[in-house]
Amino acid sequence: MKILRELLFPLAAVVAAFVVGGIVVLAVGDNPFSTYTLLIGSALTWPDGIGYTLFYATPLIFTGLAVAVAFRCGLLNIGAEGQLYAASFMTAWVGITCAGLSAWLLVPLCFLTALLAGGFWGAVPGVLKARFGAHEVITTIMMNFIAVALASYFTQYHYKPVGDPILETVPIGAGGHIARLGRFVPGLPERIPLNLAFPLALLACVIVYLFLWRMRWGYEIRATGANPAAAQYGGIATGRQIVLAMSISGALAGMVAVNEVMGYRYRYYDSFSAGYGFTGIAVALLGRNHPAGVILASLLFGALLRGGLFVDIFTEHVSKDLVMVLQGIIILFVAAEAYFRGRAARRIKGV
Amino acid sequence: MNIILILLASAVRQATPLLLAALGGLYSERSGVINIALEGLMLAGAFTAATVTYVSGNPWIGLAAGIAAGVLVALIHGLACIRFKADQVVSGTAINILFLGVPALLSGAFFQSTGATPQLPQGQLMPLAPIVLAFVLVPVTWYVLNRTPFGLRLRAVGENPEAADTAGVNVARVRFAAVMLSGALAAIGGAYLSIGQSSLFARNMSAGRGFIALAALIFGKWRPVQTMLACLLFGFAEALSIQMQGVSQVPVQFIQIVPYALTIVVLAGFIGHSRAPRALGIPYQEKR
Repeated sequence: MKILRELLFPLAAVVAAFVVGGIVVLAVGDNPFSTYTLLIGSALTWPDGIGYTLFYATPLIFTGLAVAVAFRCGLLNIGAEGQLYAASFMTAWVGITCAGLSAWLLVPLCFLTALLAGGFWGAVPGVLKARFGAHEVITTIMMNFIAVALASYFTQYHYKPVGDPILETVPIGAGGHIARLGRFVPGLPERIPLNLAFPLALLACVIVYLFLWRMRWGYEIRATGANPAAAQYGGIATGRQIVLAMSISGALAGMVAVNEVMGYRYRYYDSFSAGYGFTGIAVALLGRNHPAGVILASLLFGALLRGGLFVDIFTEHVSKDLVMVLQGIIILFVAAEAYFRGRAARRIKGV
Repeated sequence: MNIILILLASAVRQATPLLLAALGGLYSERSGVINIALEGLMLAGAFTAATVTYVSGNPWIGLAAGIAAGVLVALIHGLACIRFKADQVVSGTAINILFLGVPALLSGAFFQSTGATPQLPQGQLMPLAPIVLAFVLVPVTWYVLNRTPFGLRLRAVGENPEAADTAGVNVARVRFAAVMLSGALAAIGGAYLSIGQSSLFARNMSAGRGFIALAALIFGKWRPVQTMLACLLFGFAEALSIQMQGVSQVPVQFIQIVPYALTIVVLAGFIGHSRAPRALGIPYQEKR
């Protein structure tokens, strides 16, 4: 019963967004039903549809978790985008610099780099907030642009293959590659880039759940988010919780590098992220900042990203930008949810 | 000498869209409503202005339509934040994502393109009017803010809404007015990009300018004249990076970082202290 209630508002938001999106589709001259059939249907075919949907969902689980952990501490991490860029470039850098190492060394080394680089890029706004009171929303936005610019600079001037027209680094050492799931799952071809980062993302959800709800540190983070004054009075060093939460959040966003650099492209590719960090905000909100919800919401948005490609090609007028429109409307509806929740509660009490 | 003049003129042109959006943000934020939707508002204005100019052949009609679009989109933000008490940052993020999608979707559908509008002829552009408007609006904004009853109410609502409410000010109405004003100004800034600086709307053509405008607003401590100076500084950095492309050894990326790094430094309190309006970001619950 409680789970049903938790699901009700997010589901209503999704349905409402599809209705509004349907009106937009109708307005530009396509049939909403066939467009949606195409959008969802093409995400559910085996093996391509499901394989790619899970592949697109993987970075969203990481960024969704990142935003959710920060949210639980009362912080809005708009900076997952910058954190995943910083982590991806640094991971590629380690993979290139230590290219000769064997997989036993290079995989853990790259993994740790992704964690640390993302964590560092998240910790900076955390420290600025805890120490100087600088609002994390503004500092993370600024850090996003700085990460993208720095990664683009180093790629262009130091790590680009000679004569390559695309802005990307040279490949990382083969020891830094992780396996594609096609190797283990019968019927799933290895050309589909779904890789070990996906089970890692599911594992991350379990770990975040245990951390937030079964460990003292996680409790202190949630206490800080729920009521900082009371937490401080209760003996929790709220400043330290802010830095901790932002570091964990950044490290989770940094895990996108495992999927992108170690599992998919095996290099740093300039502006590779299709707004994963920002979609992470939608994922966290829709998933009610809970790891289980994050998985469900990521699957939805992963399916939309996959289906959007087909909408782009096979409809007369509608483009894959429809996915962004749906995303925006979903966030708007979920954002206004607190109001409706309050009204519903008042109506039940008869006030 | 000549190159310096070219550089300065380019700086003013680059500062114009920033200044328009930043002044828009100033009204909204001084009234207590965070507006990180500036980017989306600019895109809405840029797209509508270019499309309507193309259809009507008159940039003034285009500009008017762009402003109307900006006000409408700002109204969504206002409804979410003021009426429905949504988180203002979340609502702004939603609008940014939504209007990254909507203009691209519509221009793709209207013009069978990959998200751009057709090229406008030279005679249908307005390269000068928005620049003049932007810089005239700086003293006007100062006057409105500090010397008119509306400005007094606006600041009161942004600093201490309870007190303003007690004194008979309609908090929601003042905030709505401020947010819609910010939509209009940011949309003019966007329109300048599509029908002033260039001659069409292209996908994501604001390219983060809404966020730089936000940075300028904070760097300028939420005051009109200081915000203008910040916009000029950031515009100069942009102009410099355009001029130096291919000429100098300094990578463009380092100049691009300047506004963002400076904003962080200011926020951390290393250069003066930038204090936000006290009620910024807090929805106001009317007392019954």
